[in-house]
This record gives sequence, C-alpha cells and structure tokens, in this order.
Amino acid sequence: MQSTSHDFVARAQKGLVDEDLQDALSRFRTGFSVKRSEAAALLPEFEALRDQAVEIKNHTLEHLDFYLERFADKVEESGGVVHWCVTPEEARQTVLDICRANDAKTVTKSKSMIGEEIALNPFLEANDIEPIETDLGEYIVQLAGEYPSHIIAPAVHKTKDQVADLFYERHKDQGGGKRLEEVDELVDEARAMLRHRFIDADVGITGANFLVAETGTTAIVTNEGNGDLTQILPRVHIVLATLEKAVPTLDDMSTILRVLARSATGQEFSTYTTLSTGPKRPGDLDGPEAFHVILLDNGRSRMLGSEFREVLRCIKCGACMNHCPVYGAIGGHAYGWVYPGPVGAVLTPNLVGLKEAHHLPNASTFCGRCEEVCPMRIPLPGLMRRWREQEFDAGLQAPRYRLGLALWAWLVRHPTSYRLSNALLIRALRLLGARRGRIARLPFAHGWTSGRDMPTPEGGSFHAKWRRRSRE
Amino acid sequence: MSGSMGENGTDKGRDRVLGALRRSLGREELPAAVRAELTARLSSPKSNLIPARSDGSPAHQVALFTEMAEAVQASVVRVSDGADVPDAVAEYLAQNNLPSDIVMAPDAALDRYPWATRPMLNMRRGHAVDADQVSITGADMAFAETGTLMLTSDATRPSTLNFLPESHIVVLRADQITGAYEEGWRRLRAEGEDGAFMPRTVNLITGPSRTGDIEQRLQLGAHGPRRLHIIIVEK
Repeated sequence: MQSTSHDFVARAQKGLVDEDLQDALSRFRTGFSVKRSEAAALLPEFEALRDQAVEIKNHTLEHLDFYLERFADKVEESGGVVHWCVTPEEARQTVLDICRANDAKTVTKSKSMIGEEIALNPFLEANDIEPIETDLGEYIVQLAGEYPSHIIAPAVHKTKDQVADLFYERHKDQGGGKRLEEVDELVDEARAMLRHRFIDADVGITGANFLVAETGTTAIVTNEGNGDLTQILPRVHIVLATLEKAVPTLDDMSTILRVLARSATGQEFSTYTTLSTGPKRPGDLDGPEAFHVILLDNGRSRMLGSEFREVLRCIKCGACMNHCPVYGAIGGHAYGWVYPGPVGAVLTPNLVGLKEAHHLPNASTFCGRCEEVCPMRIPLPGLMRRWREQEFDAGLQAPRYRLGLALWAWLVRHPTSYRLSNALLIRALRLLGARRGRIARLPFAHGWTSGRDMPTPEGGSFHAKWRRRSRE
Repeated sequence: MSGSMGENGTDKGRDRVLGALRRSLGREELPAAVRAELTARLSSPKSNLIPARSDGSPAHQVALFTEMAEAVQASVVRVSDGADVPDAVAEYLAQNNLPSDIVMAPDAALDRYPWATRPMLNMRRGHAVDADQVSITGADMAFAETGTLMLTSDATRPSTLNFLPESHIVVLRADQITGAYEEGWRRLRAEGEDGAFMPRTVNLITGPSRTGDIEQRLQLGAHGPRRLHIIIVEK
C-alpha cells in the first residue's frame, strides 16, 4: 500500500475537525477498553498468561529459522505448498500465479493485514481478477474505496448513517432497495450480498494468526464466520502470513489465544478459531482441493536483527490503539499506512522507511497505556523513543524544532544561564497573564493556546523554592 | 506454473529467507544438539499454564460449559437420554419457527438417536448447500473454560454444516465436555504420530456468528449461523 505517513500532521488536523469521525471515535474510546479490563478481571491468571505468551514468542523468535522450516515441512507432508517470498512483489505475483493456474475470476478474502501490506487488491484488479472482501468492516471500506483505519475494526471510523448511505448507493443496482436505518438490517443486507460471492469464488484468501510448527497448521480467529466460508467453499485456499506468526506447538498457541481475544475485543474467546492443515482429505465432502501458504518476509528478518525485534511479538490484537489517547482523537487514517496507533508508530518506519514515517513515533504522549495493555508486553514507548533518536540523528525534523532542541540542550548544560532565563520567563509570563491569571495567547506557541489557556506561573521556579526550603 | 512460482516455491526462496533470519540471529543453522532438543519439545509438547476455572468434577464442567456458552448467546438444553434427542430437535424447530427440512452430518455417532420417532423431521445426510436452513452435527469435544465446541472435518463430518445454514444444532454427550483446549490437542495427538494427526479443519466454535463492525453494536449472524443450539445428552 502507498504510504501517506509523511502527511501525518495535516491528516491528524483534518481528523480532529471531521464531525463524523469524531462521532464514531466517541463511541470507540470507551468501547473496547472497558471490555478489555472486564475480561482481564474475570481471569485471575491473565497476567501470568501474558508472561508465558512473551516467553513463548521470545523463544520462537530466537529459533525462528528452525520453527519455520519445521512448519513448512509439515505443510508439505499434509499436501500443501509453501511459497517463501522476500518482497511484497514476490508475494503478489505468487498469488496471481496461483489464481491464473486455477482460472480464477473472483477471489474471496477474509481480513488480512498482510493483504493490505502488499496492496493485493489493486494488483489483482489490474490483472482482471476480482477480489471481494468478506469481513463486514473490510467490505465497508472496500465499497467506500478506502482502507482499514483499525487492524481489528476496519470501519471503526464510520458512523451507521455513513454505512447506510454507502450501502444504499452501492447496492441499489445489485437488488438492494431502500436506504436502511438499523444495524441489523445493514448486516443482513451485507450477508445477502456476499452469500453468492462466497459460493461462486474460485480462490479464497485468508491471513493467519498462527503458524503451528508442530503440525504445519495455520490458524485464524474471527467472529463472523467469513474466514471459514472463504476457505471451505472455493477450490483453492491461499494463506498469507509473515514469518513472525510461527509458534512451536498447539499448546503454545492456546496460551496466546487466551490473551488475544481478551486484549482485542474483551471477548473470553473469539467465536471461531479455525485450524487448517493441508487441502481436503480423500473422501472429504467439502474443503479446498489445494492449500498454499505464502510465507512473506518483507522486512521481518531485518527487524529480527535490529533494536526493534520485540515488536515481532505483536499478535495484532489492537489493544494499543484501543487505549491510545492520540489514536482516539485522530483516528487510524491519519497514520497514513496499514498499521495505525502505537504499534503502527513502531512498525511503519521499519516497513516504509523513517524518512516517510518519522512523524508517527512523535504521535504519542508517552502516557504508557499501550505498553500496559499490550498482551505481549512490547515496550512500545521505548521503541518509539528509539525512532525519535534516529529521527534526530538523521536530521528529519523541521529546522525550527531542531533549533529549539539545540537551545534547550545548551541551556540545561549551563545552570546559570538556565536559572536566569527561567526567572526572566516566569516574570514575562506573569506580566502577560497578570489580569486574568491565565494566558489566552502565548507568543511563539499560538497552536498550543488555540485550544486551551496557559495558567500564569505561581511563585518561582522549583530550583528557587528548593533553595529557600533548604535555608529555612 | 509460471516463473516466480518456480523461484519462490522451491528451495531458492526458502534459502534466501532462512539465510536472512540466520544473519539477523548472528549464527549459522542451529547445531544438531539444539535441533534435537527443539524437535523433542515438539514431539512431546508440554502444557503451559491452564486457568483453574475449568478444574473440577464433570458436573462442574458441564455447568460451566453451559454458563459460558449461554453467555455468548448459544442456547443449551439438557436431555437425560439419547432417545429424547429427536424430540428436543423438533421442539427447538417449533419454538423458533424453523423449517423441518434438515441437513445432518453422515456421522455414525448421530445414528444412535432414534430419528424415526419423529417422522416429520425431513433429514438429508451430507454437506451443506446454500439453501439449507438448519444443520445438525455432533462435536468431538467441548471445553468448559469458554463454552467452546471442537468440531473436526472428515468424510462424515463436513465443515460446511457448521457455517452455511442459519441455524446449527449440535448434539453433544455430557462426557464429551472437558475443561480446557489442551484436552482437545491431547485427544487429536492420540490419532497419529510426529505431528501428523490433524484433520483438514478443526473448528473451535464459541457461540453463533457475530459482528460489531458497525458502531461496535453486537449483531448475530454476520456470515455464519445466527443460532447455535446445543443439546447435551446426559447418558
């Protein structure tokens, strides 16, 4: 997918004044986070399970070559085919080759962030194959010509009324009728529209939440059942997965599953956890005749050897964005690429380059909620800080920002000048806000005061107070 | 297949990816002794921490399973004897105003129930097609921990039955209800050796299909069944 992350500041500002988006986000801000804390409270072992999940993933990453080889061998033993791909181009081409070899006209897809990462839909369309997104949220954003704004709730930025308008517009020549008002009617209409697409599709593409080395099994978790209809009805099932999805055993997968849904939607367990091993067996009455797994690197092997290795533990639950005050204020599209929120701020510079995405690690107050709720205990603020350091070293910030930082650095290393300028500043601010006790418009920082007042400083600096205190 | 398949589908792609991983890990392929150790970890997998909530007597597990399944909008009834299953099915269909045309898995485990006692139930055995409204299947096991059913595919247990019809009825024996998912893996592993025991599809099903994709409002029956009805047979 083409990144627009360089335009983050303008997109964030646009998001802040978008009334529909703010309406949608007002529901989002409390929805998932409350459910997550309720689910965590119901399971006394939740924190211990998080610790074990971290250990499992660390062990797997340390031996990733071994576990992926074992996984691939087992897929092949069960009659499937594994395609090792380094770049998005290779992965897309491999999907296209499989589709062509099977004379595919239409492809159903269940939600896959890797599919977004490699921009599969426009590529298939350009090659006369119609991709059909079947997850309701993905279907909505596909109809709207957009991309997901959240990794587990792709259409979270849309209000019900916007979906109603969209369905009315896009379904009217497909047997749709009047503009629907209620959520249940909209869901039913999407179900009816997609039903024959599931049945007619030649190829089904799913992602993977896990690649189980023990058995050569790929696993997905969904709530709608679209991932299942996508893989058992067409002749061919293609799984798109990146390398870090590996886990050693079914037991290890179970441990991570216990923290996944609880962290994501606050469910005890997702409705459907589906394990797929090879193509259908002789005598089976349904299931795909062919099973392909595309194992994509796209930067993961490089990240494994970098200071960002820990982000490879990510299980894409979305908890970090569900709890992020910045994401909650601006929505996912501001981030400009596949992965928004705190994990996006760490992943995106890794995958599209720091020059393109250097704003994202700055889109954080470092409040620490993301790290607190991350089931895999990824130190997201710490990793964002590393990107900020690299951003500074590479000279990517605006000159004014660098000048400010340089001035600050000089001041804090020269105590006398620091105290002097501090005292002057306090006096100046007091003069500015003398009458009202607050400052409505701060010189050189209009942006900061445009949405709030700055209180007038009371008393002197901390240093001055400390000196007085020690004299007393 | 065309060019890139040849490149990526063979050892070349594999070697490039594995080589890159090993460079990042700062080592060559793992020494034989470590590989043997990891292989042993895979051939006799050990359980990790299992939540205590599903420990206890079979009666506790049946009660917990029922509570958890109902909490996610499945409906559950208990019948004391297999002979009562056809009546329970007929009653459910009538209560929900559902047709009596049913597609049922050709699973021998379902033959023990006396379907002929309810001749009004019009049964077809096989996989599901679009027009099917109601399906009946068994289950391999069920887990009390989260009210989850485990269904596996084979020639007599097609997976389409679990997803295409709007109403899915599962007939479960009480002694199939156990505590945690790990019991399911243990059971599957008993079917074969060295990781070669998995059916094509293993479905863990916890309640009927749902979505929250429009304004996070829960709506049942997104693409899979709107209704999941579980009949527990006590003996």
